[in-house]
Amino acid sequence: MSGTFVGMPAFPTAARAALADTQLRHNLAHATGTIRAKRAAVVGEVEEWEDLRLAGAAVKEAALRDLDTHLVRLEESLTARGATVHWARDAAEANEVVARIARDHGAEEVVKVKSMVTQEIGLNEALAEHGIAAWETDLAELIVQLGDDLPSHILVPAIHRNRAEVREIFLRAMGEVGRPAPADLTDEPAVLAGAAREHLREKFLRAKVAVSGANFAVAETGTLVVVESEGNGRMCLTLPEVLVSVVGIEKVVPTFADLDPLLRLLPRSSTGERMNPYTSTWTGVTPGDGPQEVHVVLLDNGRTRALADDVGRQALRCIRCSACLNACPVYERTGGHAYGSVYPGPIGAILNPLMKGTGRPGLEGEQTDSLPYASSLCGACFEVCPVRIDIPEVLVHLRSKVVDGHRDDTVPKAEALAMRAAAWSFGDSRRLGWVERASGVAGRVLTRFGRTTLPGGRSAAGRIPGPGAAAWTGARDLPAPPRESFRAWWRRTDGGRS
Amino acid sequence: MRVALMVTCVNDAMFPETGKAVVRLLRRLGVDVDFPAAQTCCAQPMVNTGYLDEAVPVVRTFVDAFAGYDAVVTPSGSCAGSARHQHGLVARRSGDAGLAAAVAETSPKVHELSEFLVDVLGVTDVGAYFPHTVTYHPTCHSLRMLGVGDRPRRLLESVRGLRLVDLPGAEQCCGFGGTFAVKNADTSVAMGADKARHVRGTGAEVLVAGDNSCLMHVGGVLSRQQAGVRVMHLAEILASTEEDAA
Amino acid sequence: MSSARDEILGRVRAALDGVDRTAPEAPAPRVAPVADLVGHFADRVEHYRAVVERCAPADLEDVVAAALGRHLPGGSGTVVVPPGLAFDVAGAVVDTGLSALELDRVDAVVTEAAVGVAETGTIVLDHGPGQGRRALTLVPDRHVCVVRAEQVVPDVPDALDRLDPRRPLTWISGPSATSDIELDRVEGVHGPRTLHVVVVDPA
Repeated sequence: MSGTFVGMPAFPTAARAALADTQLRHNLAHATGTIRAKRAAVVGEVEEWEDLRLAGAAVKEAALRDLDTHLVRLEESLTARGATVHWARDAAEANEVVARIARDHGAEEVVKVKSMVTQEIGLNEALAEHGIAAWETDLAELIVQLGDDLPSHILVPAIHRNRAEVREIFLRAMGEVGRPAPADLTDEPAVLAGAAREHLREKFLRAKVAVSGANFAVAETGTLVVVESEGNGRMCLTLPEVLVSVVGIEKVVPTFADLDPLLRLLPRSSTGERMNPYTSTWTGVTPGDGPQEVHVVLLDNGRTRALADDVGRQALRCIRCSACLNACPVYERTGGHAYGSVYPGPIGAILNPLMKGTGRPGLEGEQTDSLPYASSLCGACFEVCPVRIDIPEVLVHLRSKVVDGHRDDTVPKAEALAMRAAAWSFGDSRRLGWVERASGVAGRVLTRFGRTTLPGGRSAAGRIPGPGAAAWTGARDLPAPPRESFRAWWRRTDGGRS
Repeated sequence: MRVALMVTCVNDAMFPETGKAVVRLLRRLGVDVDFPAAQTCCAQPMVNTGYLDEAVPVVRTFVDAFAGYDAVVTPSGSCAGSARHQHGLVARRSGDAGLAAAVAETSPKVHELSEFLVDVLGVTDVGAYFPHTVTYHPTCHSLRMLGVGDRPRRLLESVRGLRLVDLPGAEQCCGFGGTFAVKNADTSVAMGADKARHVRGTGAEVLVAGDNSCLMHVGGVLSRQQAGVRVMHLAEILASTEEDAA
Repeated sequence: MSSARDEILGRVRAALDGVDRTAPEAPAPRVAPVADLVGHFADRVEHYRAVVERCAPADLEDVVAAALGRHLPGGSGTVVVPPGLAFDVAGAVVDTGLSALELDRVDAVVTEAAVGVAETGTIVLDHGPGQGRRALTLVPDRHVCVVRAEQVVPDVPDALDRLDPRRPLTWISGPSATSDIELDRVEGVHGPRTLHVVVVDPA
């Protein structure tokens, strides 16, 4: 199973490094703030947005609950229209199919439409091993590829880069792989976009093979859909002779009419537009127009594992809009790299464990298991999700799977011991009373020796050592426990009556 | 109407003044609130950290303690959310049909304080007096899990002497998040620091919210910064009268 | 060893064992009707910083010629049109399967469309007669697109009702754009950087 950035530490460690990157913090706060405002404006003008969300969720849910039927139907429709359908259990199988098709055509390069799934399977690296260069043609993907960087956002993989950094990357790297950037390149976004246009045009015009993903695949008709902005997708889907589309099996929707709520929900949630500049649909091969050899690779790579999880299944409704990333207060501060996956943010915190499994041994397992905890459970993600994925619910569910995966550990974690102790004291109010009396004693000690006083006069603890306590008091004062708990006060005063 | 106070474990052990304020406030409004001594915790710390088995006895204690009351009122949006939205999950985990039935009976009767005042008692002016400049942070679970909406604001706007100023970015999480505050302490503090910055920018003297756990976090950051802003639970402001000020 | 196909379908069936195969019905809402549908369409297209103008059927050829004059100053530049265009464009070359490299040297393209979507300001091409194959409206830098008022529908579901999924479809909402740098939207990347829409009102 690929899809985890190599050697990535667990989320809290990776986040610490990201939080210290001032430029990253600044770039992210600016970008997510901008996109949140744009989304709010265009969602606000749709009076029946909630009904539209329900409709979008229902379309995807209908597809998922009868997925085998729709997949078989999709295969039939595609085949009838002249496309070749391949099935891939995992990343390696999918990469092998794409490489074989490129080799069969003697291609030394392919042009790529921005696609999450081909990043998930590490297609570019796999093609490189076969001596085939894969050119990313989406502007943000181009920035990431030229900068030898990792993507940090689903929609805008270079969201962590600002215009000055993009300019430097273009000046340094474009000439190594094709037409160089003009020497007088400025950092105006329009000028940078113009440089990308010039750099990529020769690649589009000569490409023989293109690789894409798909936003949706219609079972009834065999129609594939790509939603984009720049026109790089249209270039790849139209000019080359051969088109290979790698499609996760959860992308299927039953009918052509089912595209309706999704095509209305996606752009408003994603780029904050009423509609994205370009949406292309194609149904197999169209004689005389576009690629005359069309392949579709249907990929599992952990999706059936997620499908089998009764609570987690809803995550497969995801249409990769990234509204949850933009709304997430954790993502806004750590950025995407800390999640260690091409799927960052709240959706990544559930998709990765669902697709890869929880409770796996080793550092990679530890990294995956840390993701469901990378959330304050504030619920902002669920609020903006266009297909109503209850991400907080799935996060809590996955936390329980992580815990259950370690119940047989010979040496339990301190946290597990603390939770057992808490369950013991909370299981009976008398036991809790004893604990509170002990805490009151500690409070009296702290009140006498406490190094600080809270605004308003209450004693507090400054920095104190020990697991948990140090994590809290490193940057936050902690009020000293009161001399008397509420419970003890109520008993002593008969609820304040005496 | 038999009304029980669910004080919450955090308020019981750390913020008893909030519990006392709820008692004073409700008595002033003619509600003789009871405190079932068998109560402990809503089990949210276990559930949200993934310890569902450990949550089962705690939820059992909860439904036993509050059985038979017409309403359960709590000064915490988060704990009300836990009772209403998570106890069913814990009951299913236990496989105990009796517990599931008890949860189904008790959960809908749990009200966060502002919901109880506005929806059950039908009041927004509770006769309070608090002559200070205040800013209000809507805590995430009260906002998004319960949907308390503008109820706390309406209550605050009716308090005599109180000047309410808007908090920029109010709806963004403060970064507490239960065990998130220690498991991901760096990110939690980064969020808390931004919240504290917004609070300081308002010029308010008091930050008010409906959850002491969130206030403990933001207040801890503000205190460490010597920001000169104190934090107070909504109940304590609503319980304040001219006599307190004198 | 079983095939990947059989194994994946087997995994799906195992995952859905005991799951209710039907999902709740939730029909998508329709937008409230607007009085001036075509005006709404024109406003929404313009919002994307496309050029929009409306004309009477009798004026169409003059309006298109003027549009080309505006985007190709001095009358310089080559213009291509698809076979089957319903009106004349003076001096234009009819596409006879130009290569991508040849299209890259063309300055502008004039086409018709299949559907206009008012709510989103979208034009849909189904690449039938008068619209041409997909590359034709992609490679040249300027696209003049003629939409007839009766082709304008209120919203996305109405457009899907009118369209044939077996045809390739291109949904166009304004000129090519990107927000990939600091989420600051700028027009003009790979598709036509100028989109000029002429809406033909009923006679």
